Amino acid sequence: MIVLGSFFAGLLGSLTGLGGGVVIVPFLTLLFHVDIRYAVGASLVSVIATSSGAAAAYLREGYTNMRVGMFLEVATSIGALSGAYLATRIPTAAIAILFGLVLLYSAWTSIRPEADLSASQAPDHLAGLLKLDGSYPTPEGRSDYHVRHVPGGFGLMYSAGVLSGLLGIGSGAVKVLAMDRVMRIPFKVSTTTSNFMIGVTAAASAGIYLRRGYIDPGLAMPVMLGVAAGALIGARILPGAPVRTLRIVFGVAIATIAVEMIYKGIGGKI
Amino acid sequence: MTTSTEQTDKQFELLLGKLLRAGVVLAVAIVLAGGLLYLVQYHGQAPQYGIFRGQPTDIRFASDVLRDALSGGGRGLIQLGLLLLIVTPIARVAFSVIEFTIKRDWLYVATTVVVLAVLIYGLGSR
Repeated sequence: MIVLGSFFAGLLGSLTGLGGGVVIVPFLTLLFHVDIRYAVGASLVSVIATSSGAAAAYLREGYTNMRVGMFLEVATSIGALSGAYLATRIPTAAIAILFGLVLLYSAWTSIRPEADLSASQAPDHLAGLLKLDGSYPTPEGRSDYHVRHVPGGFGLMYSAGVLSGLLGIGSGAVKVLAMDRVMRIPFKVSTTTSNFMIGVTAAASAGIYLRRGYIDPGLAMPVMLGVAAGALIGARILPGAPVRTLRIVFGVAIATIAVEMIYKGIGGKI
Repeated sequence: MTTSTEQTDKQFELLLGKLLRAGVVLAVAIVLAGGLLYLVQYHGQAPQYGIFRGQPTDIRFASDVLRDALSGGGRGLIQLGLLLLIVTPIARVAFSVIEFTIKRDWLYVATTVVVLAVLIYGLGSR
């Protein structure tokens, strides 16, 4: 049952670009009544598996901006440590409510149409110093872009790291927000670079979860295998899939889950 | 940026991609093997994940995980696979440190060293 559910979480996560983590934690806590800390631990491990697996393909296609990724990983990995420390200090009900709010935001980004804001930007001094500007493949050949608002993006990445370490998700939605909306990086580069960073972000807090004993082998095993298989198949069928429809259906579904998480959290039932 | 550095960048990206994929494939294989062993050993016992207990301390530390895995424990083998999975992105950062050192890109040597330090701290602290 857990393998099958995790399989669909991985499949949907890779088809919609949101990752499996946002589905895994509510799935385990609401359906199987697993303690949210075990669920977060299991989710973190599966998040590393899917992001590292997908990163290989994106690196080959040449979308990922490695320098942007590695520079921003400073913020996300420190954020992830903060999140993992917070996880033991705040009540599980509060984690559930926060999770619900992040889910609502993810649902909104899933349904909202994609707008590319990166067109014709002037070079930014700080981004130039950090050698962050890059180019990416388009149908008309490689297209150059400039990165902007580095401090704002860096700050938002820290928050993405905190959420990842606290909730066991990749927080890809917040990472894409920081790169696409704030730093004005092309959407396709933002999503692939976000995926590239998720493995490192999750690894920063997964170590702490493992040492604390929050990663149970009996639970993490089916979740990780199910999500990995789902993500693998998702990546294969992605080119022909009705992505737009899937994103809307998925968005509505996680909005519903979000409301239930918040409701249970407020009622103290998690 | 000149064409030659762009080419070495590209080669490096492909190398990192292969490293990540190899780490995940190996980790999944070990977890799968451990999972099968675990199911045989714990057949018929219903797990209790609704009550939070934390794990026994003997599977929390890297050296204990290794010992448990080698002694044929399914749980230990799964933990070993999970540990390998966590180490995979860390290895990617370590490789980046070496690559940027070869390129004498000191700004990014510093950046990746900071990330590596944070990750190792995360793996070693409670």
